[in-house]
Order: sequence, then C-alpha cells, then structure tokens
Amino acid sequence: MTPDRAISLIKERFGLEAAGEGRSLTVEGVPVEGWQEFFDFAKETLGCRFFSFLTAVDWKEQGVEVVCRVENLDEGVGILAKCRLGADLRCPTLTGRYRGADWMERECYDMFGVRFEGHPDLRRILLSQDWEGHPLRKDYAVDTPHAPYR
Amino acid sequence: MPDLEARKVIELGYGGSERLVMNMGPQHPSAHGVFRMILTLEGETIAAMDSVIGYLHRCHEKLGETLTYAQYPSIASKTDYVAAMTSELAYVLAAEKIGKIDVPKRAQYLRVLVAELQRIASHCLWLGTWCLDLGGALGGGATVFLYCFRERELVLDLFEALTGARLLYGFHQVGGTRYDLPEGWATRCLESVKRIDQRIDEYEEMLEANTAFLVRTQAVGVVSRELAQEVGIAGPLLRGSGVEFDIRKNDPYSSYADFDFKIPVETAGDCYARYRVRMQEFRESIKIVRHVLDGLPAGPISSRPALKSVGQVRIPKGEAYARVEGPRGEVGCYVVADGSPKPYRMKWRGASFSNLAILPHIVPGHKVADVVAIMGSVDPVFGEVDR
Repeated sequence: MTPDRAISLIKERFGLEAAGEGRSLTVEGVPVEGWQEFFDFAKETLGCRFFSFLTAVDWKEQGVEVVCRVENLDEGVGILAKCRLGADLRCPTLTGRYRGADWMERECYDMFGVRFEGHPDLRRILLSQDWEGHPLRKDYAVDTPHAPYR
Repeated sequence: MPDLEARKVIELGYGGSERLVMNMGPQHPSAHGVFRMILTLEGETIAAMDSVIGYLHRCHEKLGETLTYAQYPSIASKTDYVAAMTSELAYVLAAEKIGKIDVPKRAQYLRVLVAELQRIASHCLWLGTWCLDLGGALGGGATVFLYCFRERELVLDLFEALTGARLLYGFHQVGGTRYDLPEGWATRCLESVKRIDQRIDEYEEMLEANTAFLVRTQAVGVVSRELAQEVGIAGPLLRGSGVEFDIRKNDPYSSYADFDFKIPVETAGDCYARYRVRMQEFRESIKIVRHVLDGLPAGPISSRPALKSVGQVRIPKGEAYARVEGPRGEVGCYVVADGSPKPYRMKWRGASFSNLAILPHIVPGHKVADVVAIMGSVDPVFGEVDR
C-alpha cells in the first residue's frame, strides 16, 4: 500500500478526494452514515490498524466535525478523515473496530457533547460526571462559572 | 466422592463467591500522579478494572485557543512536564507546517539536541521510579532511584545553563529556538553524556542479574502486536510489542534524517521488553547528542523577527497534524488555524493518554502487585493524560 494507491482506492470506493503530501492523507466529507464503513475499509483494505486519535472541531453555524486519524505503520499511510455531524450531534462509534476509540470518544463526548451511538460506556472521562456543558464548544465561554470541587 | 469435590473447589477458583471492589489511588505512590483504578478482585487476582482520570485536567485545548502562537509554547511544556521539550516542539512544528515557515538548520539541530537530552532525562526518571515501585525486589528499591536521579540532575543542569529553567523551558518558538548554546556548554554536555553512558551499564548489570527483577517483569503485562496498534499505544510500548515504528525514522522532522541511529525493537511485549527498549534508547539518544554536537552548523537560531507584541505571529488559514517522537511515544498536535494570531482549534494527542488506555486490556488476570509493575512500565505522566 502506498499513499497514491490509497488515494485511488478511496476515490473508487467512496468517490471522495484524499489529499496530502507524503504519508499523511486527509479525507474530507465522509458521510455520517458511511463513517463506520469508511473505517472498516481503512482497517481492512488500506491496512490502517494503528489508531492515532479522534477529536472534533466546532465550526459554529456549520456544525461539529469529527476528526479521526488512523495509520498503516508498516507501509506508511496515515489517514485523517473528517465527518460533519447533523444538529443532533450523533455519530456512529468506532469502538468495535478500534479499541483505542473507547477513551477518545469518551473525551470527545465530554468536550463536545457528541453522542457516539453504540459506544459501550459513553460517560465523561476528564471532567467530573456532574459537570454541566461541553467546554470545547465555541459557545462555552472560558470564564463560565463552575460549581466548586468537592 | 472426594475427588469430584476437590475438582469443584479448584474450578470455582477463589471460593467461588467473594468479589471485592478496591480503590487503588487516586493518591497511590505508584501512580506518579493522580490516577484512580477501581479494581474488582477475586482474592489477589484482578477480574476487572476501571480507570478514573482527569484529576489534573486544565483544559489545555481551550487554553490553546485563547493564547497566541507566541505565548502558548511555554504553556505547552506543562502538558508533559517531565518531557517539556517534546510537547513544545510538537506545537511549534504544527504552526510551522501550516504557515510553511522555514527553520534555520542550526535551530533544527538544537531541537534534536534538546529532544534527545530530554529523552535521557525522562527515561532516567522512569527507570528510577519504576524500580522504586518494584521495591523490595531490588534490595531496598531506593538504590536505583537515587542513582537515576543523580544522572537526571546532570541533564537538568545542562538545561538550566541553556534556558534558565530546570523543568519547564519555553525553549522553542515558531520559527526556531529562543536560546543558543552558551560558552562551554557543548564540552560540559559531552562530559555529562559520557558519564551517563557508563552508568547505564551499571544499571543494567544491577537489574538484569537480579532474579527478583526478572520474575516481576518477564511475562507480565504482555501486549500483543495487534492490541498495541488497535489501542494506539506508541513509543517504547509499541516497539516493545514488536512494531518497528519510530516517527524520527519513519516520518522524520527537524532534520532527524541527518543522523544515524537504530530503532530498538523487542518482540515479547512484556514489561521486560519495554524496559529493554528504553535502555537501548538511552544509548541511541547519547549517540545522537554526540552526533549533533559534532556537526552543529553555524548560523541563526530563529527565522522569526523580534516581536513588538505577542499577537504578531499570524498563521494563515489551514490545518496540520504535527507529531514528534517523545520519550513516551507519539506526541501530536492537531492545529486548525483561521488566520488570526490564535489557533481556532488545537488538539493534543497525548502519548500517555493513549498508552494508559492499554491498562484495562492487560491488567485483568494479574495479581495486585503486578499492577504496579505494569503501571511503571507504561510510564504515564498525568499532566499529559489529563491535559
């Protein structure tokens, strides 16, 4: 597997453009309903078995975008895929495909309120369970008062 | 039927009835920070484990959105505070990647130099504290700990002479480094690494001839090649599980391609394999340090002009994921820039966060005492886990 081969395979299978230089490719606009299928493909066909990270970006009116990076360590292909969520902030989980997605998705839920459907244990991870709001959203002001620690 | 009766007892294991839930932490000394494990025990054996993290959470990512590219590097060092040089480097590399900013060759070499010294210091801390945790098995335990701290001190002294700080440096800036080597520093550095090089032999001799150490680390906490990749553990853990991957080699940054070094790989995947990988890394790092000082090019150390205000460094619209091989593995920084002096979004991929996530997969089935050995071999830094 080479980055060029990966670009053409992704184009062929999903009709998506993968761009990038060197070993790192970026795939924009993976549909929410095709999110799991895309990573099945990345893992099985492209050999990206290494789970690097998963996070999100809040684009205000344009919604929240989930970003996930996986990599084929042996052959040097890294894929950073992005998926724009609807207003309900629901996203299919990747935990069945990558075990590293467990904590990363919990963090993403904690910070952005993205609900990962099918996650076995979706609770807050860094903040306390009774925290209100999701701090990395753009509408959460830095100086939002919070209840004192107990 | 006495035989059948006996078999029944064995099959049920520990009496078959009692499960005990025990908290380990958040103030447990082996956690090297604040980490709470909720262990479900059957006798001495762990049946299940849940982890509670976040005690050190400062929301670095939100902080990153409120501080400018000129300000944040010195805060970045607080994510992984025992390897501050590497996290600073990941952040500035991401900004430089988006802005296509050139870094002078001398600055690139200086970055490599401090990154490798940092790896030595960090591994010293890891080895010392791990052996302290393993405790009585090592003739009182504190021996190796004190030796390692003695050597770590040498590196911290070097950093103090270079930057004025011992732990949190603020050495990197977008476009280069902030400090150049002071007079006589290179000679002092070579003397220090020579001394450390000799003492690593002593550690190995002390530990590898110690049966108790071997028994407590070999075949304990085995991580398979597949599990390692799926969870996304990196650095010495990944290489201890037989995956030959090092960002310095496979995706070189900051002129690492100029240097000749090996990537130590072990295949056993246990605590001992991770220990072996780190011990070999010590030597490779020393080799790189010597190599850098040998061929350090002359020239400027930064391409950034002097600033009148912190908002002057502007990065054009774009995004990038930059990563460096820290002492604990892949430290990555994903930055989305919108053309203003501050990032629109900044994500830390903390190596310790991903590494720690391996624990629930490998701890069940071990005895309580093994948890300490496994924890130490994972080498988590909680500033980086909780960010």
